[in-house]
Amino acid sequence: MTDRVPPTTEAGAPDLPDTHGTPAAPPGQGHATGADSTAAETDRGGALIELTDLRKIYQMGDQQVHALAGVNLELGRGEFWAIMGASGSGKSTMLNVLGCLDRPTSGRYRLEGQDVAELDDDALSEFRLRHLGFIFQSFNLIPQLTVRENIELPLFYLGWEADRSAAHAAKIAERVGLGDRIEHRPNELSGGQQQRVAVARSLANDPPVLLADEPTGNLDTATSGQIMALLKELNQQGKTIIMVTHERDIAAHAQHHMHMRDGIVDRIVRDA
Amino acid sequence: MQFNKLWRMLRLGVKSLLLHKLRSSLTMLGVVFGVGAVVAMLAVGEGASRKALDEIKALGSNNIMLTSKQNADNQAAAGSRSMVKFYGLKYDDEKRIRGTFSTVEHTVPTKDLRKNAFFGERSAELRIVGTTPQWFELVVRDVVAGRVLLERDMFTASNVCVLTESGARKLLAATSVIGEPLQVGSDVYEVIGIVRNEPGGTSGARTPDSEVDAYIPINVAKERYSDLMIRRASGSFQAEQVELHRILVSVKNIDDVEDTAAGLNRMMTLFHPEGDYELFVPLAVLRAARAQANIWKWTLFSIAAISLLVGGIGIMNIMLASVTERTREIGIRRAIGAKKNQIITQFLVETVVLSASGGFIGTIVGPAIAQVITFMSGIDTIVPLYSIVLAVGISMSIGIVFGLYPAVRAANLDPIDALRHD
Repeated sequence: MTDRVPPTTEAGAPDLPDTHGTPAAPPGQGHATGADSTAAETDRGGALIELTDLRKIYQMGDQQVHALAGVNLELGRGEFWAIMGASGSGKSTMLNVLGCLDRPTSGRYRLEGQDVAELDDDALSEFRLRHLGFIFQSFNLIPQLTVRENIELPLFYLGWEADRSAAHAAKIAERVGLGDRIEHRPNELSGGQQQRVAVARSLANDPPVLLADEPTGNLDTATSGQIMALLKELNQQGKTIIMVTHERDIAAHAQHHMHMRDGIVDRIVRDA
Repeated sequence: MQFNKLWRMLRLGVKSLLLHKLRSSLTMLGVVFGVGAVVAMLAVGEGASRKALDEIKALGSNNIMLTSKQNADNQAAAGSRSMVKFYGLKYDDEKRIRGTFSTVEHTVPTKDLRKNAFFGERSAELRIVGTTPQWFELVVRDVVAGRVLLERDMFTASNVCVLTESGARKLLAATSVIGEPLQVGSDVYEVIGIVRNEPGGTSGARTPDSEVDAYIPINVAKERYSDLMIRRASGSFQAEQVELHRILVSVKNIDDVEDTAAGLNRMMTLFHPEGDYELFVPLAVLRAARAQANIWKWTLFSIAAISLLVGGIGIMNIMLASVTERTREIGIRRAIGAKKNQIITQFLVETVVLSASGGFIGTIVGPAIAQVITFMSGIDTIVPLYSIVLAVGISMSIGIVFGLYPAVRAANLDPIDALRHD
């Protein structure tokens, strides 16, 4: 379709910072959305995520697999990280734990000062709802819902009123350049457009942290570039983004790199 | 707020059910016929029992009936010795009952006669009952025209008669007959009224007035016609002497009916050891009929409930398939931040929508089936309101009961595994 470089010239795609009334905002200083984002600005640079001796051990038959073998890490607010590593290095487990989808076997994970281990299943769900946005390799849109309804999902669980929720979803769709596709179903969209919907959905609840698992894994090079540009813009507007990828040129879009091997953080490259 | 959420859940549920229209409607069909069967079976049961109960109620549940009966042994013995058979209730029995039981309100003696009657051009054999005015308090029927017997008719021993509808029909008498003369045997009676009578029942218990064509005061009957009744049958005479054919006893309080009946029975066995009477307690029959009807209803209901159960299992089956099919969706929702309860609600809403709409259609189909049964077999069916309420309630609960397991299973899926599912 129209998924070609340059990214922001796609039909209907607005100039992102413009839509938020902060056209002159320098990189990393923009608003996340029209909603409240003061925390992102005041706490910039402070440790948003703290991992202390984090371990995740799976029992495979009579063998113990250390998917995470003691990770110590501090990630700052507003940073853009790429987690790299071979398959089996623990990067997926890392992302699942960071995304509060999986609990570590031991060690401590604090997100925005909250020790995640203290939360029960319901509280953890609520925590995901308010603090995290997910972008998946296979988009993971719900096929029977329209673009707007997919974007509205987090708002549905936040209990927003239908009208307000629909209006907000439309605004976000506009922001990722899908304003004219809002009543389409995912299967009527190209891969790049579907991933934009996924990005829009992850933004709907305005979470401080976006977690992306190989976001360009199912996309061609040109479309990948567009999605990465979109993520970069979001990062510049204050979102903390943690992305798992095994592609070097995709990782190159991120500010910091983290290489994993055998369940530990092997190497950290800041400001790559 | 809560309502708003539920409303949106409902819309979501309806939407995903509409995605698989054929599957949803087939699943629903199970509940439609389950509920339909329950409603129809209850209608059949209700119809059958209502009919029996109405017939028994027409006998009067406060009443006890004593009837003269020709005992089988007596018949053989008497037949060999004499031409005339003596048996049955006596005038003394009535007096004794009245004098003994304080629980008794009225006793009404009756004498049955069969006489040829002439009314204008018309003649017919009438079944005439000599009785007291209290009869009409115990056997309450609509008065079509004129009046019933009164105390003064007894007092003056007037030749008056009250026709029943069946009697009037035999004589082709219209309501304008009031005051006209009716010739019975050699006597002339003035017709003073017409009352409705309950035609004979099918449940075994005969209403006391099912075979009555006319009423006259009992003292008149006794005076004009002797207790001896002679029947002519092909070349031979048969005579029997019966003082009273029947004594109706009404009991003041319905709670005393059964005790009084037991007492009556003891007293009667004492004075009539030959057993030439019959005691009939409509209330006891009513109770038995009611118990019978309940068993009948429960049997039908159980059979119908099985089809409802099958419908429920159908729902569960489809929902389990749906949960498997939508594993990924569940994973996505969980990852975004849906709580387990919200996933459970989502799936429960779907099953309840499915089963409740099935139940709703079933309450339309059920009475229709009942109508078809009535049309084809002639069995009375009544669709009681409670069966509709019950059916809808049951179908909703089926949605919850059979939907709960799939819903809980959906909610307990591990989000990571669910997301990986394809």
